[in-house]
Amino acid sequence: MSTAAILAQFLEIVLALAGAPLLLGWVDQWRARLQNKSAPPLLQPYHVLHKLLVKESVVADSASPLFRMAPYVKFGCMTLACAIVPTLSTDLPLASAADAIALVGLLALARTFLALAAMDLGTAFGTMGARRDMLVGFLAEPALLMTLFCTSLITHSTSLANMVQSMAHRPFVLDPSLAFAGVAFTIVSLAENTRIPVDNPATHLELTMIHEALLLEYSGRHLALMEWAAALKLFAYSCIGLALFLPWGIAEIDAPLAMITAVPVLAAKLAVGGILLALIETVSAKMRIFRVPEFLATAFLLAVIGLLVHQLLQG
Amino acid sequence: MDALLGQSINLDAAVLLMVSFAMISQRRILSLVHLYTLQGATLVLATTTVAYLTHQDHLYVSAALTLGLKVVLIPQLLHRVIDRLDVRWDVEPLINIPTTMLIGIALVVFSFNLALPIAQLSSSIARATLGIALACVLLSFMMMIVRAKAIPQVIGFLAMENGLFFAATAATNGMPMIVELGIGLDVLVGALILGVFMFQIREQFDSLDIRHLEKLRESEDR
Amino acid sequence: MIHIDWILVVVAGWLLLGVAALFALHDTQFVARRLFPLGALLGLALGAVALAAVFEGPQVAELTIGLPGLPMHLRLDALSAYFLVVIGVGACGTSLFSAGYFRSGEGTPPGLLCLEYHVFLAAMAMVTLADDGYAFLVMWETMALASFFLVTANHRVAAVREAAYLYLLIAHVGAIAILLCFGVLQANSGDYTFANLRAQHLGPVWSAIAFGLAVAGFGAKAGLVPLHVWLPEAHPAAPSPVSALMSAVMLKTAIYGLLRVTFDLLHGGAWWWGLVLLGLGLASALLGVVFSTVQTEMKRLLAYSSIENIGLIATGLGLALIFRAYGLGTLSALALTAALFHVLAHCLFKSLLFLGTGAVLHATGERNLGKLGGLIRSMPWVAWLVLVGVLAGSGLPPLAGFIPEWLLLQSFLFTTDLPNPFLGMLIPLVAAAVALVAALACYAMVKFYGVVFLGQPREEKLLQARDAAPWERLGLAWFALGAVALGLFPVPWIDVVDKVTLQLVGSGLAQAVHANGWLLLSPIAPERASYSPTAFLGGVTAGTLLGLLIGRRLYRGALRRAPAWACGHAEAAAARLAARTQDSAEGFGQPIRQIFEPFFRVTRHLPSPFDLQPRYEVRIEDRFWRGAYLPLAALVDRMARAVALLQRGRISVYLMYSFCTLVALLLVVRS
Repeated sequence: MSTAAILAQFLEIVLALAGAPLLLGWVDQWRARLQNKSAPPLLQPYHVLHKLLVKESVVADSASPLFRMAPYVKFGCMTLACAIVPTLSTDLPLASAADAIALVGLLALARTFLALAAMDLGTAFGTMGARRDMLVGFLAEPALLMTLFCTSLITHSTSLANMVQSMAHRPFVLDPSLAFAGVAFTIVSLAENTRIPVDNPATHLELTMIHEALLLEYSGRHLALMEWAAALKLFAYSCIGLALFLPWGIAEIDAPLAMITAVPVLAAKLAVGGILLALIETVSAKMRIFRVPEFLATAFLLAVIGLLVHQLLQG
Repeated sequence: MDALLGQSINLDAAVLLMVSFAMISQRRILSLVHLYTLQGATLVLATTTVAYLTHQDHLYVSAALTLGLKVVLIPQLLHRVIDRLDVRWDVEPLINIPTTMLIGIALVVFSFNLALPIAQLSSSIARATLGIALACVLLSFMMMIVRAKAIPQVIGFLAMENGLFFAATAATNGMPMIVELGIGLDVLVGALILGVFMFQIREQFDSLDIRHLEKLRESEDR
Repeated sequence: MIHIDWILVVVAGWLLLGVAALFALHDTQFVARRLFPLGALLGLALGAVALAAVFEGPQVAELTIGLPGLPMHLRLDALSAYFLVVIGVGACGTSLFSAGYFRSGEGTPPGLLCLEYHVFLAAMAMVTLADDGYAFLVMWETMALASFFLVTANHRVAAVREAAYLYLLIAHVGAIAILLCFGVLQANSGDYTFANLRAQHLGPVWSAIAFGLAVAGFGAKAGLVPLHVWLPEAHPAAPSPVSALMSAVMLKTAIYGLLRVTFDLLHGGAWWWGLVLLGLGLASALLGVVFSTVQTEMKRLLAYSSIENIGLIATGLGLALIFRAYGLGTLSALALTAALFHVLAHCLFKSLLFLGTGAVLHATGERNLGKLGGLIRSMPWVAWLVLVGVLAGSGLPPLAGFIPEWLLLQSFLFTTDLPNPFLGMLIPLVAAAVALVAALACYAMVKFYGVVFLGQPREEKLLQARDAAPWERLGLAWFALGAVALGLFPVPWIDVVDKVTLQLVGSGLAQAVHANGWLLLSPIAPERASYSPTAFLGGVTAGTLLGLLIGRRLYRGALRRAPAWACGHAEAAAARLAARTQDSAEGFGQPIRQIFEPFFRVTRHLPSPFDLQPRYEVRIEDRFWRGAYLPLAALVDRMARAVALLQRGRISVYLMYSFCTLVALLLVVRS
């Protein structure tokens, strides 16, 4: 574990924590622009976080310690997720702590805690949100796993740092299984990050909310940490996608100075990705809850076909 | 450059498979027509690439014909038919969509397995994609079976022909022109008959739901 | 004395405890407070001795009990020792819990229960030690009978008797299959010792028949589809400690039998054996998990979850067989390690969950999910310990349930090295199915915990529920600690498992794993995959602390308690209606029921507008029951009726039967 590695890890975590709300603000701004509305300022999420952190937190009488613990646990999980995904460099000491499968497990851990916390109060919306979130999760998690498996089969490794390194050094090949994996990954990230067409992050109607229902009873610093964690999740998903499908520009193990160029490259990639996300959100309509399992099943099956196509074209 | 073009054929095959699956999961008939157009465009791309790489000029003609017919003419006709018959949405398919997709996966595995020994015999540049083409044919056939309205069935029939065309390109570097024209004529006649058929159903039952055809059974309806 | 002797001492000790209980038949205090803790101590001793024995070579012993000239051969090798550790760990925790659990007035006197319980434990230990067919079957039958009597502890309830009858029936069908399997294995040599069976070389047809019989026989006991129907009936009917033992330990003896016959006595076999086992395992896993998400009774949910876990273990075993048939020793060891790890992990978290339901049942008298809720406030000890079990059961890192899943998925990634392309294409589908099963298991566990312990109490009396007694807490804590420890420090356990895989397939992971230290789990090479549970936990904790720092220190936020907001429906949030607006168990499982409808047999009764007493009823049944078992039962019934025609009741007819037989024999002898 060289100092460069520790520095890279630290920088990555700081960048994630500081940059995730910025990414959220960028997406919100572009979505408003594409829909011909006047855009909120770019730093709006930071103002929201500050406002929430300063306020008093109101907790229900019947809440158990699980309810109060959940925002912190989710925040912790998302921070670790951002730390594991190679965004700036593949030389990360924490990367050996969790590979791709453990990353999916980490996201599942956060989702489970959130669902349990929502069920804790026993309100109608909380339990409904827990049920819907687990519904989205139970199909999204295998789809994500299979997408990561597609790349694992190509790179013969499940360690994220190794996967990124192998993908970056491969001769440029148009791999159809990666095409399938890419489409599946896009669908999964839309679902898991509660974006249209799966869920509207700004709605509070009973018919339409999935993720918001889980946050309904939180306020003050708990809500701030939940929102921050959601932003970190979006950041982590975007970085996973970029690392697997567009891995060029990430610093390698023996070239720590490349991190200096890695930061603007990452920023550029995230900016383009954010605009694309805003575009997808503007062009699609939110689908009915009953159609969401079909949508996610499509992603799951596309990822599986990606695996099969890889086997076919290799054998 | 040539290697890259060779891989692009694989990519086109993948897009074809993705479109076949998307067709199974779509409910809006308009989206089906758009997907069919996309399929045609991918086919044109693949045929042109094979033509360039194997220096067979008759494939350029074939690609031009495909462009004219499948990307321009037939989708326009379909649009007009949809407007005349005023159908927008399909009713629920006979088996629900997730089950259909699971069957689709099984068909994909089946065709991949079937194609492996055949692909080893072929000497074409795109032989690895034979399995995918076969899968597209089977998937389109399944789409015809599970759909409840007439127009998606027609589109499934046309998509089947697309898959066959791609299979021919993949396995044997394109069919002889005569065979191709013959198949094209068959498809045209088939589409005409189906078109007449659809109008008759519409007149008789005032709807394009093929389940109404069950009323024409001989036996007593309980 | 060598290890096998110590183990026999423990078994004898258990039997002595059982006999001692006979003398104190109705003395609950003595049985519960003195005998069960002693039994727990013996279980701990068993586990410790067996753990030491894993590292030793095989040891043999002979017991000259039973028929003259037919002694019981016993053998303690790595495989037996591993499963003895599982038995010991399960027995220790469950006995500790039972010390606080068994109370009088439930049908069977506590002394008798103690006897049956310890005979059950002793029989299971002897099954793993048995080294010849006779000893194995005698102990197997004893185990089945002892568990039958334990299941009928509440024999005054008719449903319990029916469930136990079904259990006994299928157990005996399985036992016949095992008997026939041994018969095939001995290949006319007359000697049923395992050493002889191992030395026989059967042709491909006969060994396939033996394999099929073994899968049928051991699968019936383990709960593999389609012989699983007894599990969801018998486990809820039994008292909770017995359910825990059955799920956590008895099902594993069936896995032990399968391993013993397939890997040891049959030496692996053809590749399609592994495919059969893989298919059955996957079917069981899918069926089990989908059914568990729609259950409305706590213990049935956990029973179906056991079917799912056994299915996953069988999938690992199938994969190991496939790899072994192609000579890929290291990969076979990887899959086998995943399965063996799962055996112990499942023992730990399933016992924890079942014992938790036992505590809830005692405190509230309810087992229906529709009548529970909010118990985290009145039963904090049970709730927090069961939370560990729920997280482990969902397969979430860094607990024990994640590691077998991780290892299994790793072994799927390596199937691209297989020379058979059909298998190479099939295995990604299986991996996808395993991932789906894991995600659904998480769903079922969240439903279980959320409906039982969280939310608002659905009945008034739940507010007065008493927390678990100290002995019960000790038992629950034992398993919780085990799940956490196994999850955080898997590498030392890989050493133990390594000895078993070395014996069964000839290679092990320990060398590769040790090259990377004891905190990092990296089965093949760190570049391919690595997972460090301690670093994982450290990372999450550090992040959580960071959040706490920002939230509490940096911003000094205040906290105020108020009634729940519930979107402004304050009246509904008040106690009276609150319990009714939250999700019920049926509601939570409804999406799965809708998506997976073809799996179940759903009968609905919807209210009509003209009903004077409208009623909504949905009944979910297992398709195997209607489709396979009831027709089979009807067939047996018809055959029995046909045979019953022989019984006339008149003596003349019976005398005529004897006369005809005598005449027929004379004719035969004459020719």
